[in-house]
Amino acid sequence: MTTTTTAADIVEKSIISNGIPLSNVEVTRDSYKGKIDPDWCPGCGDFGVLTAMQKALVELGKQPHECITISGIGCSSNLPGFINTYGMHTLHGRALAVATGMKMANHELTVMVTGGDGDGFGIGGNHFLHTMRRNVDLTYIVMDNQIYGLTTGQTSPTSALGMQTKSTPEGNLENPINPMPLAMVGGATFVARAYTGQQAHLVDILKQAIDHKGFSLVDVFSPCVTYNKDNTYQWFKSRVKKLEDSGHDRTDFHSALDKGYMWGDEIPIGVFWQREDLPTLNDLEPVLDEGGPLAYRTLGITKTQSDSLMAEMM
Amino acid sequence: MTKKQDANTDNKPLVDFAVGIGGAAGQGIATPGNILARIFARRGLNLNAYNAYQSLIRGGHTFLTIRASDGPVRSMGDSLDVMVPLNQDTMDRHLGIMPSGSSVIYDEAKITPEDTPEGVQLCPLPIKELIVGNKLAANTVAVAVVLNMLGIEFDDLADALERIFSRKGKAVVESNMEIAQRGYDYAADNFSSFPYKAPRLSKGLAVVTGNEAAGMGALAAGVKFYAAYPMSPSTGVLMYIAQHARELGVMVRQVEDEIGVMNMVIGAAHAGCRAMCATSGGGFALMTEAIGMSGMIETPIVCIDVQRAGPATGVPTKTEQGDLWQLLGAGQGDYQKFIVAPVSQTDLFNTIPELFNLTDRYQCPGLVLSDLLISEGTSTVDPDDLNWQPDIDRGKMIFPDGSANDNPYGGYNDNDYLRYANTESGISPRAVPGVPGHIHVAASDEHDEDGTLISDEFTNPHKRRMMVEKRARKMETVLDEIDPPELVGPNDASATLVGFGSTWGVILEAIEKLAAEDEIVVNQLHVKWIVPFHADVISSILADSKKIIIVENNYSGQFARYLRSETGIKGDAHIRKYDGEPFMPHHIVDGIKAILEDQTDLYVPTHEMMV
Ligand SMILES: Cc1ncc(C[n+]2csc(CCOP(=O)(O)OP(=O)(O)O)c2C)c(N)n1
Ligand code: SF4
Ligand SMILES: [Mg+2]
Repeated sequence: MTTTTTAADIVEKSIISNGIPLSNVEVTRDSYKGKIDPDWCPGCGDFGVLTAMQKALVELGKQPHECITISGIGCSSNLPGFINTYGMHTLHGRALAVATGMKMANHELTVMVTGGDGDGFGIGGNHFLHTMRRNVDLTYIVMDNQIYGLTTGQTSPTSALGMQTKSTPEGNLENPINPMPLAMVGGATFVARAYTGQQAHLVDILKQAIDHKGFSLVDVFSPCVTYNKDNTYQWFKSRVKKLEDSGHDRTDFHSALDKGYMWGDEIPIGVFWQREDLPTLNDLEPVLDEGGPLAYRTLGITKTQSDSLMAEMM
Repeated sequence: MTKKQDANTDNKPLVDFAVGIGGAAGQGIATPGNILARIFARRGLNLNAYNAYQSLIRGGHTFLTIRASDGPVRSMGDSLDVMVPLNQDTMDRHLGIMPSGSSVIYDEAKITPEDTPEGVQLCPLPIKELIVGNKLAANTVAVAVVLNMLGIEFDDLADALERIFSRKGKAVVESNMEIAQRGYDYAADNFSSFPYKAPRLSKGLAVVTGNEAAGMGALAAGVKFYAAYPMSPSTGVLMYIAQHARELGVMVRQVEDEIGVMNMVIGAAHAGCRAMCATSGGGFALMTEAIGMSGMIETPIVCIDVQRAGPATGVPTKTEQGDLWQLLGAGQGDYQKFIVAPVSQTDLFNTIPELFNLTDRYQCPGLVLSDLLISEGTSTVDPDDLNWQPDIDRGKMIFPDGSANDNPYGGYNDNDYLRYANTESGISPRAVPGVPGHIHVAASDEHDEDGTLISDEFTNPHKRRMMVEKRARKMETVLDEIDPPELVGPNDASATLVGFGSTWGVILEAIEKLAAEDEIVVNQLHVKWIVPFHADVISSILADSKKIIIVENNYSGQFARYLRSETGIKGDAHIRKYDGEPFMPHHIVDGIKAILEDQTDLYVPTHEMMV
């Protein structure tokens, strides 16, 4: 391919899509429809999360090519294939590490990370902690079904004590992780929980999370209808209570922690905790002060620079 | 010392000497070592420095060998001409193997020599009198004495002290200067100098460690993202790049573990950066699943494995060539990758940009197999041998503004874009995120040309086969892009020494030594590119060899097994070392002799120095 392209052609071509300058293309639900339809089990909670993400992006007026969705491995992690943004479907547990590299290399992208409870809190637990404390500016959406779906129903780090699964036929002996207080203490600057069964609320939270500058966690109850017979839509429906309804102050850390610990007949959903005074990792990184995304910069160093590096060695 | 000053008739080196400095960790061996190295290099002498040390911050035994010559210096050499023991332990360990004609410089108040071999000049120093209270300057005295005995003018030392101590203020410089002068004069009055003088050549040289060379090569290659988790002996790369990151617009991240490192590097690379990391065997083991992902999603990265003696935590501060099969087998499944084993610090520098060009063009991971010997070893480098502005070829990439080296793919807005298009060459144009009209998913699951998971429809064996073959096809012609190994030395030699990576220099010196001292002629075939492997070239060269001797720094003959697997050639004999210390030339010389005399076909040298 040695087509000769002038600079003008390039600029022209990069802003025209179907004859319309891209910035003027109206973004609709269709804009975010993926190449293929989801292959989740009928009734899977993840459908609602996908729809809510698409709605949130449309409502925020984001252009699909300026967004990237990065996942690990699991049923929920298949999501990037079903949404029309740039995507990476990485390794089990590693999405946050990959996404950090992506965000730091191109801080102009809207980076969303999607995955499951096993992916994020089990095998990916270490990356979860460190991505939070770094306040990487990305949105982490966990489809928490309290089970390992893709591997056909084993216990997960969020499975309830006593839960019978294929790997704990006599009941789970281990205490579950509660992602809300964990994230608050871990340094996340936006911590929310939502429920796939309450779409409007979920869309609203996702919009806030994507808009938030810094690391945002949205842990979404997303029932696995096939392998989790305990935490069903029925189970959640009577329990989830919106924090907004009880007048929660999301800037009150201790109250947020208390609410975060609540579990049982009443389980709060909504934004528990948010602080907007902390800089993000890319704000702090002086290399990004000017020059645009690192990924698009000219490579190599100048003769003056290399001469000075050599002089140190002489 | 091998050559006298007046022997410079046929371009043979005038001088070739080695200085050893030993003591406990924390006794400050690095500073005198640095001063000597810089002074030698500024005079234009080549040098090689190897520090034998342990995983201790204080105590233990550390021994630095600096060998210098006006001829090429490719290893630490065989013996010492001067030793500076800073404690009794060092004296006791090394005095016995000091050769006749050598000198030992020490503080007479702290150290007593026992059983001095014949012909060794003892140079006791009244350190306390010479330093008059400035305890920190004790090592400066030793340096001054060494320099005096080598006939190096005091001005050179004054220069070096000025540079090193100027940060600490005028008083420190002056105190060191005075003390140095006293040491210098004391040596002139009391000890006999070497029978030669270290020459001054027209061109000064740079002094670099392999880790610095790797960092410098990365900067030259245009690396913009570097991530690491500290691990000896690779940490020097992180420290070098971190030191220069801000001024050069490079992002450096220290990550929670090596799994995170590799995944983060892949994220940055996928965004469009040239991204790199370095580690040692244990960290590399944690990275391997992700390296396979780099192959699967065709996002190029470069990773350096600085080998140390393994397995597990192994011997963190000792060298070995024991990770060859780890790199060959890194990660599950079949995928395309490069593996290259640079042969020297200079080669390491120049290999990094070359490897980035290859990985960008072929869209797969590139692995560098280095080791402690090269990466923590110090060498002089001729600045003219480092290509700081190499050609940068990013292959078929698509950036939003079409600016990637005027790449003809730049900026297209192709709605039928297939990231993994099944092209004739197997190479598919790579759009980075952010380009309009090129949206796709890069999946570590097997995927179709457009990035769709093949398991999202039905796992189609034809598609799987097509994609496996597409990726594999990329490498069909790659051998032509890479220099094949060459036979060095006469064709009709009595044996061919085969090695890979860091043993290049010491093997070459062994061959020269053998020819000079024993008139035995052997030649050398050294391999740098492990994958792809020039199997045909190597086979045809070795077909004419009278005896194939494979030299490697490991127990099980990892390279011998690889050579056999790729060419069917079984080495006739082997020289292996796996005690943590590198080969010295005479180890190989002795091995060749034993093998040629049919005493053995597996020679394992004994390391004489107890370091
Ligand atoms: C290194 C590694 N270990 C194990 C697996 C197998 N595996 C795939 S998905 C998964 C668990 C998925 O659970 P979760 O993250 O909760 O996602 P869900 O399927 O429930 O949405 C496991 C164990 C894997 N792909 N990689
Ligand atoms: S197994 Fe469970 S989590 Fe996976 S798709 Fe089916 S319902 Fe959803
Ligand atoms: Mg799950």
